[in-house]
Amino acid sequence: MNSPNLHPDRRESAPGGKPPASSGVLGWLSVLPPAALTIAFLFYLPAISAGEVLRVAYDWVPSLDIRLSFLLDGLSLTFALLISGIGAFIALYSSVYLAGHTHFGRFVFYLLFFMVAMLGLVLADNLITLFVFWELTTVASYLLIGFDHAGAKARRSALQALLLTGAGGLALLAGLILLGFAAGSFELSEILTQGDAIRAHTLYLPILILILLGAFTKSAQVPFHFWLPNAMAAPTPVSAYLHSATMVKAGIYLLARMHPALSGTEVWIWTLTIFGAVTAVTASVIALRQTDLKLSLAYTTVMALGTLTMFLGAEATVAVAAALTFLVVHSFYKASLFMVIGIIDYRTGTREAEKLGGLAKAMPITAAAAAAAALSMAGFPPFLGFIGKELKYEGALAIASEPLFVASAAVLANALMVAVAGIVALRPFYGRRLETPKAPREAPLRMWIGPVTLAALGLTFGLMPGLIADSLVQPAVTAILGRPEEVKLALWHGINVPLMLSLLTFALGVTFYFFHLRLRGMLSWVEARLPTTGDRSWDAILDGLKSLAAVQTRLLQGGVLRRYLFVTFASMALVLAATFVVTDALRLSFDWSQPLLKHWAVVVLIGAGALMTAVVTSRLAAICALGVVGVGVAMLFVMFGAPDVAITQLLVETLVVVLVAVVMLRLPSLQQEAGPRFRRLDAVLALGVGGVVSAILLSVVSGPMDRRITGYFEDTSVPEAFGRNIVNVILVDFRALDTFGEVAVVVVAALGAYALIRGTKRSRPQPEERS
Amino acid sequence: MESVLALLIGLMVAASVYLMLARNVLRFLFGLVLLSNAANLTIFVSGRLTAAMPPLVPKGMTEPVGVVANALPQALVLTAIVIGFGLFAFALVLVYRGYLALGTLDSDAMRHAEPAPQSGGQKAQAKAEGEAS
Repeated sequence: MNSPNLHPDRRESAPGGKPPASSGVLGWLSVLPPAALTIAFLFYLPAISAGEVLRVAYDWVPSLDIRLSFLLDGLSLTFALLISGIGAFIALYSSVYLAGHTHFGRFVFYLLFFMVAMLGLVLADNLITLFVFWELTTVASYLLIGFDHAGAKARRSALQALLLTGAGGLALLAGLILLGFAAGSFELSEILTQGDAIRAHTLYLPILILILLGAFTKSAQVPFHFWLPNAMAAPTPVSAYLHSATMVKAGIYLLARMHPALSGTEVWIWTLTIFGAVTAVTASVIALRQTDLKLSLAYTTVMALGTLTMFLGAEATVAVAAALTFLVVHSFYKASLFMVIGIIDYRTGTREAEKLGGLAKAMPITAAAAAAAALSMAGFPPFLGFIGKELKYEGALAIASEPLFVASAAVLANALMVAVAGIVALRPFYGRRLETPKAPREAPLRMWIGPVTLAALGLTFGLMPGLIADSLVQPAVTAILGRPEEVKLALWHGINVPLMLSLLTFALGVTFYFFHLRLRGMLSWVEARLPTTGDRSWDAILDGLKSLAAVQTRLLQGGVLRRYLFVTFASMALVLAATFVVTDALRLSFDWSQPLLKHWAVVVLIGAGALMTAVVTSRLAAICALGVVGVGVAMLFVMFGAPDVAITQLLVETLVVVLVAVVMLRLPSLQQEAGPRFRRLDAVLALGVGGVVSAILLSVVSGPMDRRITGYFEDTSVPEAFGRNIVNVILVDFRALDTFGEVAVVVVAALGAYALIRGTKRSRPQPEERS
Repeated sequence: MESVLALLIGLMVAASVYLMLARNVLRFLFGLVLLSNAANLTIFVSGRLTAAMPPLVPKGMTEPVGVVANALPQALVLTAIVIGFGLFAFALVLVYRGYLALGTLDSDAMRHAEPAPQSGGQKAQAKAEGEAS
């Protein structure tokens, strides 16, 4: 993962030389949909700011209460704007970053597909619609992460993300369905008004657990966090998009959306707070340890997701406002920084922290954007990040149950963020100039316009927080809490506890920054001694699953005909026997009175023939014994009033013997066979099956006989079908279609046999192989 | 009599199952023939046995006189015999053709479509391939 020369997302078509600067019309076209959508969503801003909630619905599967319904309120609009707005910049950026890539068209399709899925997810009003879009984002992210499909690492990461978020998605589906039943509706807008009823419902706990599983896997909470850093195998624009504002925030969106319905219980508060806090601190510690800039950023994303989860656990208005503001702040600076790192990588050929330095002179615009974004990330005034951080501390202190715990987690995570911001965005640009694989120069406009704009927005909103406070944050907080709320954002709150905490954060952060090399050494030392990590456990689980599948397949699909037959016969005997025992249908009454001597003779003949067929090693003897059985059966037919059947049986039996004898001339003798002479286990099973068949037949014949159908044939044979041989009439008249089918079967068998024989002349085995 | 035949059929089924579990596909075929005989007898016996007249309607009558054998199972058995024969003939040719192509009658060594499941099978496969070439 930390290999310095690993750049899976380099362009394929630019060996050594400069990549082509343009990706043609498609590059520009790809910007249009997200840009148009952003503008369209901006038009809704006034209405949503005024507190309106817009809804639109189409019938999909009305009988199951599934509708293609969409909901636009403060929360969904915030997400929609971030998704489409950042999407536009990403598309523009990719048109240079991936210019000339063989599969650029495919990339654009994946990116737009993902964007649409994500928009559908945050706009959905129906639980099932939401789930469908949720799964579409999973599929799209799989395609995007695995974009470099020739690389084994990209494929593995893509699969890991797919399996993990897919498994979470299954849990989510179950949770959503239960929720729909508990609330009596699948429309979110109705469900969210019934929070109290849902929280009191007996299914509340299963619903909560299942939905949280979905959200936590998608939003990479510990212990499911490892897929996100691995997903960095994707091209950098993808990381910038998926891991700033979209994919990973889907889980956060879900938590925020479900807040009115599920929050407020002890389980909700503690689960979210603890998982969020552990995730935030763990991730920021690991972020410090990374040397790959992109990986470092990936872990800070996990940290941000943990923080968001932690604050969404709370009920207090200010905590939720903190979460929402931080969400916006994070999207701005994270997308911006990812793009900056992409630029560094693109222009210098490396993104290893230890190999970069003093780039500011060569790429001043990028450096400025990076600095602005990093300051926002570190939470310095007057950036929006500062407001977000102050709000976080205020929110943490307002949390009634565990203010100290949340506040310490927030301070520690933020201090580490300050250090990481320095490492990621300041170190590469300032200080001593280091030699890089490529001589750095400023990136083209299409690449820096995104980071610069987003960083500038972070500054603008920081200076004028009123711009988003009323229009977005307040309606969104209202939507999350399900009650009208007043939210005020301000840069200066006066000298209070949050400000003190901020100062403490800066002090800690700067200390961490200056000692980060030593800290990194210590962390690597610890990491090397950890018994296991999420990623390694994942491999172990997958390997276990594969071995299990292999063992099971070997057991059930051994590829050995005898074993299949053994299982088939054994199951047949067991199922039949069990049925008879369970339904108590077993009747074992013997009736030895009737048989005459001639009957006994035939019975003994057949029995002896059957046994002989089974045990003799001579082919000829076996065929003869088979013939004896066949003729014996024919004699039984004669004795019990079935001459027609007997004739057919004799004819067929003769044919069988003749055919076997003819083919036998060309086959080796039975003595050559492998394996033991007497197969004890097979014999036991054979006796078992035979016993079950006998028992069933005894039970059948000891019961009463219903001859109504036969009676019908006897009565109608002459008047309706004009035939005196009733068996004959049944075959050619009453059941003529059956007989026709039988003829067809025989014809097909004959054709098949003919086709098989026809080709034999060409592929005869060598003479010595025949007996 | 039905009781005796029920036991006899059990014996036939046992013998055919034992044959069908053999590695040699020729034995499997013998088992198949035996099994269809057993199945035919089962249908026949289920319709009860009457050592009486075959199911015919005498001239001038519209229905059979006195006790006659059950006609329905007879019709079913007739169909079953013919179908069983079709199946057997096809299977026999298949075995023959399989032997020509693979050079063995050992079903464990017939590995044209499925890879060998374990090391023992791999040996058999190698053997089969060697013989087939």
